[in-house]
Amino acid sequence: MRGRNGIIVAIVALALMVGASVQAAEPIRIGAILAVTGPASFLGGPESKTLTMLTEEVNAKGGINGHKVELYIMDSGANPEKAVSFAKQLIEEKKVLAILGPSTSGETMKIKGIAEEGKTILLSCAAAEVIVNPVAKWVFKTPQKDSDAVQAIFNQMKRMKISKIGVLSGNTGFGKAGKGQIEKLAPENGITILASEVYDKTATDLTAEVTKLKADNVQALVNWSIVPAQSIVIKNARQIGFVGPIFQSHGFGNIKYVEAAGPAAEGVIFPAGRLLVADQLSDSNPQKPVLLKYKNDYEKMYKEEASTFGGHAYDAFMILATAIEKSGSTDKEKVRDAIENMRGFVGTGGIFDFSAQDHNGLDIDAFELLTVKNGKFAIY
Amino acid sequence: MKKQGLQIAGFAAVVVAIQMTASLTGNVYHLTQLTMSAYYSLVVLGLCILTGYAGQISIGHAGFFAIGGYLSALLTTHNLSAHGGPIVSGLAAMGILTRRPDLYGGELLTVHPWPACIFAVLTAVAIAFAIGGPVLRLKGHYLAMATLGFGIIVYRIVLGTELVGAADGIYDVPAFPLLPGIAVSGKSSLRVTNYYVAWGFVILGMVLLLNLVRSRVGRALASIHGAEDAAEAMGIPTARYKLKIFVVSAAFAAVAGVLLTHYNGGIGPSESSVMKSVRYLAIVAIGGMANLWGTLLMSLLLNYLSLRGYFGTFDDAVFGGILILIMLFAPDGLLRRQLFEELKGAVFPSGGEKET
Amino acid sequence: MMNLDLFLQYMVAGVTYGTIYGIVAVGFNIIYNATGIINFAQGEFVMLGGMTAVTLGRFLPLPAAILGAVLVTMVVGALLEILFIRWLHRPSVLRMIVITIGLSILIREAALHIWGEGVRALPYFTGTSVTSIRLGGVYVSPQVLWVVGISAVVVAILGGFFRYTLLGMQMRACSANRDAARLCGISAKNMVTFSFMLSAGIGALGGCIVSPITYVQYDSGVPLAIKGFTVAILGGLGNSLASAAAGMLLGILESLSISVLPAAYKDVISVAILLVILFVRPSGLFGSAEAARLKEF
Repeated sequence: MRGRNGIIVAIVALALMVGASVQAAEPIRIGAILAVTGPASFLGGPESKTLTMLTEEVNAKGGINGHKVELYIMDSGANPEKAVSFAKQLIEEKKVLAILGPSTSGETMKIKGIAEEGKTILLSCAAAEVIVNPVAKWVFKTPQKDSDAVQAIFNQMKRMKISKIGVLSGNTGFGKAGKGQIEKLAPENGITILASEVYDKTATDLTAEVTKLKADNVQALVNWSIVPAQSIVIKNARQIGFVGPIFQSHGFGNIKYVEAAGPAAEGVIFPAGRLLVADQLSDSNPQKPVLLKYKNDYEKMYKEEASTFGGHAYDAFMILATAIEKSGSTDKEKVRDAIENMRGFVGTGGIFDFSAQDHNGLDIDAFELLTVKNGKFAIY
Repeated sequence: MKKQGLQIAGFAAVVVAIQMTASLTGNVYHLTQLTMSAYYSLVVLGLCILTGYAGQISIGHAGFFAIGGYLSALLTTHNLSAHGGPIVSGLAAMGILTRRPDLYGGELLTVHPWPACIFAVLTAVAIAFAIGGPVLRLKGHYLAMATLGFGIIVYRIVLGTELVGAADGIYDVPAFPLLPGIAVSGKSSLRVTNYYVAWGFVILGMVLLLNLVRSRVGRALASIHGAEDAAEAMGIPTARYKLKIFVVSAAFAAVAGVLLTHYNGGIGPSESSVMKSVRYLAIVAIGGMANLWGTLLMSLLLNYLSLRGYFGTFDDAVFGGILILIMLFAPDGLLRRQLFEELKGAVFPSGGEKET
Repeated sequence: MMNLDLFLQYMVAGVTYGTIYGIVAVGFNIIYNATGIINFAQGEFVMLGGMTAVTLGRFLPLPAAILGAVLVTMVVGALLEILFIRWLHRPSVLRMIVITIGLSILIREAALHIWGEGVRALPYFTGTSVTSIRLGGVYVSPQVLWVVGISAVVVAILGGFFRYTLLGMQMRACSANRDAARLCGISAKNMVTFSFMLSAGIGALGGCIVSPITYVQYDSGVPLAIKGFTVAILGGLGNSLASAAAGMLLGILESLSISVLPAAYKDVISVAILLVILFVRPSGLFGSAEAARLKEF
């Protein structure tokens, strides 16, 4: 009896020793708070799919520096109180290295303080300026600056000698931010806003709104929203006979919106990341290989068109992964420093140059002015 | 009275036990979600009295929560430094306004959380009083729609108004210093204190409501729920009592709104959405319409699970499903009083005297 | 200031929204008349119709896709009634409201998981998204004419159905006095199921004809339901013709409101009107106090 016991103990001990030595390095835990369902699902859906895809890809290659990635995606449904609760959970219980997201600016602002208090990296996929201004040590964002998008549009308007415009915006955080920037930058660019209307994100017909703007004799329309209504606006505008140029925000960056608008989308001008016209870029463009790979991988896996929204999540993940690789550690401070010191990172949104004063890393060159020709995106 | 005291003491003991277990096992973090659940429970308890006991359905209670939360948030974050003048300086001297540094290193002059809270709750109560009269005269689906309409109006107003942040809501709401040394705030160092503060409010609320139910008003409510015309015929001023309960439930919701907003450090328009109101109703339904304890327990459980993300992407679907299942199979709620009798009957089929 | 052309253009927009609201309201009324229930899931029928039609439209010609969507939604309506409503015994109003709210949520979540979060639209029946017919200074999209035209035909057929066909008369008998109808051998239970089917079918058709203009997505149902029953109450619960008129009225009021209020508050108008009507005259503009009293299920 005793002999057999002894052998069992020995075998178990051996197994444990072998197991311990073979055991892989500690996994890297990354959290993501995204609006997968709910009113911002057109943001959170692609973002969530992108992160899942990238995690699988990275783990198939053995992880980052030999550490596998464990991704925790939590669906906040664009509810700030859930974002708060999840942020605390991820930071304190799962002890994540970083949080990717949230998808909306409102949620990001509510957890900015929590990330700072918890000394955890926050790479937001939301666009509001106020996320990185004033700069907070641990908080970064990947979408381009709204002010740059607006300036790109104004530059074009100056080329086209347009000075009187009408502005339509959605009542989401994105729309509100854009409207704010338009109003702020218009005077110094010589642009006068003759009329401005805010519509509901679930609006289904905007004929009355565009009628009002047309009656004010605007030379061009600017529509700033990220919701399906942006396709309805351009349809209604063309239907009532408005022939002037129509500008959209970078929220137009999904071919579904172009399809939904049909022929009305022809000729719309908007600034966007280069993901949408990746195949039309010249081969010497450093972004081209990155964009094409992401686009092809995403479309192959999910059978739907890639969009710039998913691209923001791609950038967040890859910036984090690169920082971990470069710093060679999973210590939060070191990785954070690596992000802050990153220069020339080629992402989908542009080429990122971070610094202690700039936690966004993108400027107006991140934008390409695009238009729609024959139902497809083209460089303007 | 004694039985009620025992119930309260028992519940308080459970609250303390949960905290001790959490702290000792190193799982203090769960207290965060439990604290948030406590505040949501305040809303649900108020709704339970209104819909369960008094039988007046309300699908717009999130509106009162939002009124409380938004007003308090607005007053404690809106910078009055730019407005000079005697009134502002007078208020500042009285201590109603406070100063604190803002994000950019400048100075913020805002209303102190105490007067802001009082103003917010009083406003909610005033609104409840004003609309309660006409709304409660309606019955059945007309009443449901009127309350739904109220909730939607609040939602549209907060969503469309720049002053309260429109779609982004209000953030950077300061902590609420209730008493020297006790502040309602999300800081992790104050986690245990906040847990007790929150559940303290809930217990206080329960005591108030239990007394209400057992009082003359409570008995009148039961009769209104059963047969309003008969109650009226008996000389009970049904309109007055219904209004009173409506206002009380609105006050509970507003207080919850204020406290949770300071705890979270912010509020967004989603807090006044239709889905939120439906959730509150679902919890009252599953808790047993006229069962305060049942509702409280269910609220604790469901809000905790939802806030921890247990329902994943099916969060809304879960509450919708609960509503349907309860209404189909257990319209008096899951933890209803008869349940105990039914269980006894099921376990001891042949035994006992039949109760008349 | 407004000139005639501008005013008329607002009217066109108003008529477009108004017809959509009217269709939803007609659906509410059919179920209400037969059962006394306000079906909070009515908007979901519209959404399902539109979504299903787009899916079918990928391999069927347009008219067949629409027909298919209408039939599928009618089946869904019937299933809802049979599974969740039929076997309830004298349920309270509260219970019914809550059940239909729950159903609305479940249908919405199911749609999200089936079709995803994107918007869909059927192609325009004639022309494209930019064709418009010019009448003087006013531009009308041909789809608007389809919407108004088909809706008018539907309302007319419905009127004829209730007045002249046996089934229609049986349904009216049931709604007027259920027990008496039963004594005449009419199966009240089947009438209820049929009312759900009819309501679902009309809603689905509405969803199909407006989807080119407004798009449908998984959560299009809720705002429509709310506007729909505002209109139903505005016209007087139970009165389909009044709903159509009230729908027009609300649509036009909303449209004109843009000229005085910021568009952000446009939706407050309909809810404010709802509350005013409920407080002041719950029987609606054209309804009678008799009809407004709560029916028993």
